[in-house]
Amino acid sequence: MKVRILVSYKKSILDPQGQTVKNALLTMGYNFIQDVRQGKVFELELEGISQEEARKVIPEISDKALANPIIEKFSWEIIE
Amino acid sequence: MKFGVVIFPGSNCDHDTYYVLKDIMKQETTFLWHKEHDLKNVDCVILPGGFSYGDYLRSGAIAKFSPLMLEVVEFANKGGLVLGICNGFQVLLELGLLPGAMLRNKNLKFLCQHVHIKVENNKTLFTRKGKKGQVLKIPIAHYEGNYIAPPDTIQELKANGQIIFRYCDAEGHLNEEANVNGSLESIAGLVNTSGNIMGMMPHPERASEMILGSEDGKIIFDSIINKLV
Repeated sequence: MKVRILVSYKKSILDPQGQTVKNALLTMGYNFIQDVRQGKVFELELEGISQEEARKVIPEISDKALANPIIEKFSWEIIE
Repeated sequence: MKFGVVIFPGSNCDHDTYYVLKDIMKQETTFLWHKEHDLKNVDCVILPGGFSYGDYLRSGAIAKFSPLMLEVVEFANKGGLVLGICNGFQVLLELGLLPGAMLRNKNLKFLCQHVHIKVENNKTLFTRKGKKGQVLKIPIAHYEGNYIAPPDTIQELKANGQIIFRYCDAEGHLNEEANVNGSLESIAGLVNTSGNIMGMMPHPERASEMILGSEDGKIIFDSIINKLV
């Protein structure tokens, strides 16, 4: 099983990197871009664990290690 | 007094800190390897500056899982003195021993320069040799020192006098320009509620000899050493 976890700053946190990317895209002429938020992607290969167990353990891993809950949020999905 | 300087892979201020404590402050000092489970009976643990684990994931995020950190947390929870400098401060935040988190500097630049910080609270074991309102000149060297915490945490920090240092100008005034990294409340250093754990972004070990432009950092080491006097 493969899961993909997406970690990004919470809405309330200013993302200066995202802003810089946004400004670059606007300079390129893509005037329709309203906002850019940058994040991190983790792909985890799992073995010997059921989907049900994964649903319990992936949020735990994300909360304890992959994301810092003070500034970041995460979402995840099973991709394979 | 016996100091222990923790070495993580990627620590790069460990030897500077060791040198200042041993050769300038004349204290018994030892290195503590992150993979061990032995604090070697030290009285104060220093988490030094650097880039532990290459800042992978987040600054300080991997170091918190180092074997030695179990002992450091236990030591800290029993009232042992712990000082985190720069990356060490980031590790303390990741460990949850101090509240809040660090974002990238507001200008997205690595800042390596002398700054001024104001002693906001000198009634701590880390600042008792300083005066309230005293301006110290100590260098910073970081990319992620933009302190942030939820509003209720900030209120608590203020109410409890946990904000120890604030970025200021040479005269001690707080302003946006002097707050080089964009930290909330210009926070440069914090202590926990029990007063035995401090984290600070500026490097006191780089300001402990006049040949380096300032020896204001010695105030912090002197304060720790004199805690029992």
